[in-house]
Amino acid sequence: MRDNDIQLVTYVPDTVLTPLFKCLGEDNAVNMMVTTREEEAIGIAAGAWMGGVKSAVLMQTSGFATLPNVLASLTVPFQIPTVLIVSERGTLGEFNLGQSLVCRTMRPLLQSLGIEHHTISRLDEAYFIANQSIRQAIMTQAPTCLILSPLLTGGKAA
Amino acid sequence: MAHPKVMNRADLTRRLVAKLKNDEAVVAGIGFSNFDLWGAGNRPQNFYMLGSMGLAYSIALGVALAQPKRTVIALEGDGSLLMQLGALSTVAEQNPPNLKLILWDNGAYQITGGQPASSATTADLVEIARGSGLARSDWAKDESHFEQLVDAALITPGPAFIGVKIDNARPEKQTPRDPVQIRERFMRGIGVRSEPVP
Repeated sequence: MRDNDIQLVTYVPDTVLTPLFKCLGEDNAVNMMVTTREEEAIGIAAGAWMGGVKSAVLMQTSGFATLPNVLASLTVPFQIPTVLIVSERGTLGEFNLGQSLVCRTMRPLLQSLGIEHHTISRLDEAYFIANQSIRQAIMTQAPTCLILSPLLTGGKAA
Repeated sequence: MAHPKVMNRADLTRRLVAKLKNDEAVVAGIGFSNFDLWGAGNRPQNFYMLGSMGLAYSIALGVALAQPKRTVIALEGDGSLLMQLGALSTVAEQNPPNLKLILWDNGAYQITGGQPASSATTADLVEIARGSGLARSDWAKDESHFEQLVDAALITPGPAFIGVKIDNARPEKQTPRDPVQIRERFMRGIGVRSEPVP
């Protein structure tokens, strides 16, 4: 994110992403902003990008599931390169049935909206996938989604 | 709630736009909020939403944070605000000096046929804004009071919330609906893009 000059990160809290929130919070170049809803986080990020500040949005799978409307009516048609970073819940030993059901909607939704998305499962690939995805999003003015697999994050303990 | 005069959105939008002199950005919510903004005369610093109901204040907050020297005004309807009340507390917490929020409240989801919203009866959105942490939240009592509140908001640092009770008059015009053109014109209007296109 730093290599792509992302200066604003909006997020909705998530246990698995806590280390990432902490790390970004310690970076003086990044303004971290907690929001009340994922849609709101996208709206702020979109406004910031139009105002000249690059941004990313962090959330977990269930939060992503609240986003079809804003993706289909703001991010995609207005060609705004929103960077979505989603901690993947609902798979690989998930204990919460609601999470596991909503997880199965995530990739089909991204697919149907034509949103480029990649799953990051290995640390040695993380930089390349994230950096290239964010660069592509900015250059093509299209949203992108990075899905952080439990293989990378360790998931959430039951 | 006091009983402010019921006013006309198109009239007040024109009065608001007439006061803008410093390339202020204006973000207008879906439907009639942005139809009347378009009707008040197109400005390249206007952003017209097409969907994403309830996000006018959030988009405006993003613009305000990105461009702290530019005043940013957001126009939202009561039904839209009720859909995303959390946006008020986020604005209050960020406390942007350059963001001003205007609410057009006719107590109805007017564009979908006028179904009543809770703002018609029980919900006082100015009280909700104040309770969300926006200390400078007021109902405009009449047209001249609206103009006074706007004048004060434009010269006083910090977020302001101005609630206006409006009638059910339909807009005279409808905003063109090419999202890329709207967004590109807005970015050029607020100095993010310049010719030639990079």
